[in-house]
Amino acid sequence: MLHHVGLNSAEELFDSIPKDLRLTRNLNTTPALSEIELLAGFEQLATRNPGARRISFLGAGAYQHYIPTIVDHIISRSEFFTAYTPYQPEIAQGTLQAIFEFQTLVCQLTGMEVANASMYDGSTALAEAVLMAERVTRRSKVIACGAIHPEYLEVITTYVQHAGIDLLHAPADTETGQTSGAADLLDDKTAAIVVQSPNFFGCIEDVAALAEKAHAVGALLIVTVTEAMSLALLRSPGACGADIVVAEGQSFGVPLSFGGPYVGLFATRERYARQIPGRLVGEAYDKEGRRGFVLTLATREQHIRREKATSNICTNEGLIALATTVYLETMGRRGLQEAATQCAQKTAYAAKRISELPGFSVPFTGPRFNEFVVRAPGDARQLLARLASERNITGGLPLSRYFPERPNEFLVCVTEINSRAQIDALVDGLAS
Amino acid sequence: MKSDITKVTTHINANEALIFERSQPGRVGYRLPALDVDEQPIGAIVPQQFLRDDDLEGVPEVSEVDVIRHFVRMSTWNYSIDQGMYPLGSCTMKYNSRLNEKVARIPGFAGLHPLSEAEDSQGALQVIYELQEDLAEITGLPGISLQPAAGAHGEMTGVMIIRAFIDARDGEGGSAKRRTMLIPDSAHGTNPASAHLSGFSVKTIRSTAEGLTDLDHLRELCSGGDVAGLMLTNPNTLGLFERNIQEICRIVHDAGGLVYMDGANMNALVGIARPGDMGVDVIHLNLHKTFSTPHGGGGPGCGPCCCTKELEPFLPLPRIVKTDDQFKLDFSYPQSIGRVKAFLGNYGMMLRALAYIQTHGNDGLREATEAAVLNARYIAHGLTSDYEKPFQAPPMHEVVFTDKRQTRKGVHTLDIAKRLIDYGFHPMTIYFPLIVQGAMLIEPTESVGRQELDQFIEAMHAIAREAQEDPDLVINAPHDTRIGRLDEAAAARKPVLRWKPKQVATTA
Repeated sequence: MLHHVGLNSAEELFDSIPKDLRLTRNLNTTPALSEIELLAGFEQLATRNPGARRISFLGAGAYQHYIPTIVDHIISRSEFFTAYTPYQPEIAQGTLQAIFEFQTLVCQLTGMEVANASMYDGSTALAEAVLMAERVTRRSKVIACGAIHPEYLEVITTYVQHAGIDLLHAPADTETGQTSGAADLLDDKTAAIVVQSPNFFGCIEDVAALAEKAHAVGALLIVTVTEAMSLALLRSPGACGADIVVAEGQSFGVPLSFGGPYVGLFATRERYARQIPGRLVGEAYDKEGRRGFVLTLATREQHIRREKATSNICTNEGLIALATTVYLETMGRRGLQEAATQCAQKTAYAAKRISELPGFSVPFTGPRFNEFVVRAPGDARQLLARLASERNITGGLPLSRYFPERPNEFLVCVTEINSRAQIDALVDGLAS
Repeated sequence: MKSDITKVTTHINANEALIFERSQPGRVGYRLPALDVDEQPIGAIVPQQFLRDDDLEGVPEVSEVDVIRHFVRMSTWNYSIDQGMYPLGSCTMKYNSRLNEKVARIPGFAGLHPLSEAEDSQGALQVIYELQEDLAEITGLPGISLQPAAGAHGEMTGVMIIRAFIDARDGEGGSAKRRTMLIPDSAHGTNPASAHLSGFSVKTIRSTAEGLTDLDHLRELCSGGDVAGLMLTNPNTLGLFERNIQEICRIVHDAGGLVYMDGANMNALVGIARPGDMGVDVIHLNLHKTFSTPHGGGGPGCGPCCCTKELEPFLPLPRIVKTDDQFKLDFSYPQSIGRVKAFLGNYGMMLRALAYIQTHGNDGLREATEAAVLNARYIAHGLTSDYEKPFQAPPMHEVVFTDKRQTRKGVHTLDIAKRLIDYGFHPMTIYFPLIVQGAMLIEPTESVGRQELDQFIEAMHAIAREAQEDPDLVINAPHDTRIGRLDEAAAARKPVLRWKPKQVATTA
């Protein structure tokens, strides 16, 4: 082939690179491994992750739920996972139709009118929602309710640091765990209130009341959800009056995988469709009148609008959106309801049992879905380390990871995965 | 007679209904264990006002078999790498090894919670650390963050690092005067969009007739004292190596700016040359291009950001570091731009990329680059007789042609692309870069052999012939797909972005 194109050596392929820039040595990376060696190496590393093998009550933005076997089977079909972004609709209808169904499901669950084809994750979806609120309202003040996931707050802070947005924080009530004081910060310069429900401490927020207050001054209400399973049980943000809803979709059929890839859900009102960041799939017809699907409203996007685009996002989380779609369709209407109800029932059981332990309390009174804060009689990190080593249970997240002023508190998450026996083992372990 | 037939199922040559149109009340495809705690009335757990009252209306009710058949039928309608060459320029559609998929699914990784304590996740953190080390060696840039989730996200991170560095170096007053980001007219659209997110305004640098950055124009734009940096793709999106890259970096550095390199085209350089040695300050990589993590029909990606020692303090937090054989998260960088994503990034992609690097080995990485460039050169050679090649320099890993000779017969790039579908290929990237009228950007990657390259060249020859002899055949392509060209303009005028039940749809 080299001779065919008029060259004598592979070296000559790179003649346009100045000689002094060319590497004259091999890269200092490992020599090639065989499949046997490679798998052995990774299996060995995996044994050094004991966290993956424990009974776990760890949530806080990433949740273990039942994943039907067919989800991984379908996303492992090479027609899906080795395809590119669907730029040529005639040979990408599989991907496009799946995204159209994904958008529909996201609308149904959030109670909104339009949804996009996915964002990187919940945290970046939230940051994009804040930027969109500024575009829609042309106002620059954003009020973040205090009990938003701390890492989500950090991501918003990074995204808005050069956008001229003034980010204010409304604290969480120390008794209820719910937001208080957001309304006091509202004025006619406010672009949006941002609230997470259920919030980081597991408490369900009064989203409808916040929406009413935001709308009274012409601001938007952005609702963020880290535990998407709650959408199947709780009144939808759309029904509560939210203007933009974002969520982390990981709960819907996506493995924990040490934090990613996950998938951001992004939904809003129809009147803001042209302000949405990211890709959108819409219905279209060919000359014969056959229905198909295409990427649409592309004039919002970076490849056409460049620096005036609604976002810089290009590659999103297509395959994870597909996993979510397969999950939601397999569980279906009744499966989602049953899984969400089991989460709430088991959590209520666990919270009651732990609150009855001497020295322990469940401090926040706000209603909850599947997470709650526990106040221990001593240092929570030490208590959880002991649970892990003696009982092989990950009992939750020590809140001191984000809030050094809360050394004795930890966040417990219970899902349909956790049997009564596991909950009882947790309670026994805490009591001993 | 034909109209009297009611098919029992939709065949793979027919369209598949939406799942919502298949839904049957009461049908289920799941089973959970029975609730094993004492059940309370749900209203006693969550007050009625916070409960959903629509019974999840509209969410489908189908069986497992329904779901399997639905998606398998839809999948048959997708073109994919596993079916053949996918020559999308600047997309690097190379083979996705099944071994890497297996690695990502090892339960000790797939079942690991991102907030696990460091002592419970040493193996997982070691993977991140080793990949950081390998990418530092490959790029020649020692500071790495794997947190960004895709190329554009890595770009945004890189540009924010430039902004933070200049803010720290020049102070508020000095930095406020540097708000210009220079971007060549051939760049990806994500570049200006990412620059805008960091508060920069964009000035465009012209390309020369040869297809390279215009140095005189660059010098002129750098003379104003307002330049924060340059965003450059190298090889550029015309497939050409910017042979003046050292001079380009010098001009920008002398003007007080930094050089950002878009690593979308890194597949032309791995093992051959390193951006860090060229004078580049910060770069992003696309693990879903160069390092073969699957594109998944539009993601997930992973967009590591790699930078010089000088810029390292500004990388996103947390950093993954190694001290005394222990891996840990390090938050002690007060100058950091902050966090760009919850948790540690698209971890599953990191596992796959590390497996790619380790199965190729250092010599295999270089050989892959050589094969990718040779394949593009072979296509460039093979198509020159039929298609206009606007730049004469030999291309690196991708090559651009135009429809100039075909337009005389009314055949345009879009038509050629659609006709390629009839020949069994996925089309190339079309109408990009924007500076080339009727551009066709072709990137074969190293994953195709000579036989398939010859088939592709032969198909392009045949289309060129058809454009002369029977232009309508090309203009009306594709002919043997299950759906024809879709009316995208109508779709955008009155967008239908979700399914609705019939009665609602008519009133909306």
